Amino acid sequence: MARTITTRRKMTFTILGWAIGFLIFFPILWTFLTSFKTEGTAVATPPQFLFFDWTLENYREVQSRSDYMKHVTNSIVISVGSTLIGLALAIPAAWAMAFSPTKRTKDVLMWMLSTKMMPPVGVLVPLYLIFRDWGLLDTRIGLVGVLTMINLPIIVWMLYTYFKEIPGEILEAARMDGASLMKEIVYVLTPMAVPGIASTMLLNIILAWNEAFWTLNLSASNAAPLTAFIASYSSPEGLFWAKLSAASTMAIAPILIMGWFSQKQLVRGLTFGAVK
Amino acid sequence: MATLQTRATARFMMSPAVILLFLWMIVPLVMTLYFSFLRYNLLMPGTEEFIGFLNYQYFLTDPSFFTALANTLTLVGGTLLITVIGGILLALVLDQPFFGQGIVRLLVIAPFFVMPTVSALVWKNMLMHPVNGLFAWIARSFGLQPIDWFAELPLFSIILIVAWQWLPFATLILLTALQSLDGEQIEAAEMDGAGALSRFFYLVLPHMSRAITVVILIQTIFLLSVFAEILVTTNGGPGIQTTNITYLIYAQALLQFDVGGASAGGIVAVVLANIVAFFLIRLIGKNLER
Repeated sequence: MARTITTRRKMTFTILGWAIGFLIFFPILWTFLTSFKTEGTAVATPPQFLFFDWTLENYREVQSRSDYMKHVTNSIVISVGSTLIGLALAIPAAWAMAFSPTKRTKDVLMWMLSTKMMPPVGVLVPLYLIFRDWGLLDTRIGLVGVLTMINLPIIVWMLYTYFKEIPGEILEAARMDGASLMKEIVYVLTPMAVPGIASTMLLNIILAWNEAFWTLNLSASNAAPLTAFIASYSSPEGLFWAKLSAASTMAIAPILIMGWFSQKQLVRGLTFGAVK
Repeated sequence: MATLQTRATARFMMSPAVILLFLWMIVPLVMTLYFSFLRYNLLMPGTEEFIGFLNYQYFLTDPSFFTALANTLTLVGGTLLITVIGGILLALVLDQPFFGQGIVRLLVIAPFFVMPTVSALVWKNMLMHPVNGLFAWIARSFGLQPIDWFAELPLFSIILIVAWQWLPFATLILLTALQSLDGEQIEAAEMDGAGALSRFFYLVLPHMSRAITVVILIQTIFLLSVFAEILVTTNGGPGIQTTNITYLIYAQALLQFDVGGASAGGIVAVVLANIVAFFLIRLIGKNLER
């Protein structure tokens, strides 16, 4: 912009911006700090901000809880598993819609989107009963299946918007040169589509990791991911702030970092391409 | 360019996703609809019978339905109010050039990536606890009486937590929209003597209007289904003061095992969500044509 930006103006906004950022981030920072306190310091009045005896005891204790690793594994299996299956289903579908669109493509896309608008509670009862009768309650397979289906529309949509940006002429050129459909996909399309697929994957792992309706309702202990594990700290006897903070920090840190990397795709993925 | 053969291939490639999604949507929905006309309680097996619209009658005339509906609307409305207005203000600030802009942006969007159970418990215990919480300490240091958040203002407390989670989403999308605003237009307006306020109301706000609509609609869809935050903080209480429609149906289904009643409630929730979805789908569909 051609406008001159005065230093004073810039300094004002630096202070304002950082103040806002600090305030919004504070609950996360506070959780992080509390995770290094003893249970006594965690509830101390006045609160201890930085100058307390830092300890790793809480992390040790949370991890030594026999079931902690199980919940981490569950979270990883469920989020990564559902994303990979979702991608396997969505890549061909989005490819077809982007490169051989028919009159009905748009309707199919809109219909897929509309399934995402169905409130989960509308299908809670039958799904719970199906899960009960088929022995899927509290199993990883069941949760992977459910999360695949609830995120599939988002995966298809995101991939579709990415594939749409690949110029069709390149494919035609490849076809003219005699590339078969397989070759076209492997050598031409895939390299161009990898960034889009990667960010779709990232965003969907995040969404699946944090999903807390189906995971809370369809799992009890064996298949419970971290969302449900943390929820178990809500019982009054389990209120140990420092341990809660340590468990929370471990549960959100990896996803927070992934989220920071995928912030641009977030807009595209969650608005179904309506805002870019 | 689409030959018959490629069209057949395309259909073949789409079918797994389409068929699975179709089954996923239609089978449970039909079952919910079917159950909603039955007397069906898991605690009394063998007594299932067709009772017509009785479940709907019970559900829709139950006073707790109206409380839950009011709570749902308050929760959605309150959160939207905070996140949209806050999001616009934040986007305006983050759009200005300043030192460390990128880092501040990361700090601001961070809450969106925190799982709902974590944010609910952290807020409830470490910030809003009436004795040891940070807010209580702040209130006391100003000589004020600390607020017992979840006893005095339960629904507002949940709105605060949910708004904290969704503010980053609104900010990020509004910021994206703001950044596509033509700087020269602003400059021209400035040269014509338009003040900061009129520039905002006549240029910036209209430019962002579509993004604002998208934020409102998408958030509404998700906010109608807020669940985990209520489950881990209040269990819908005290009384039913923080019970929304989603939580009410959950309680009816998985705590009282009333399959029929919960199904009728589920159908009501689907209808409510569809009213919002109708507008959202039209908006996005319009965008697809460009």
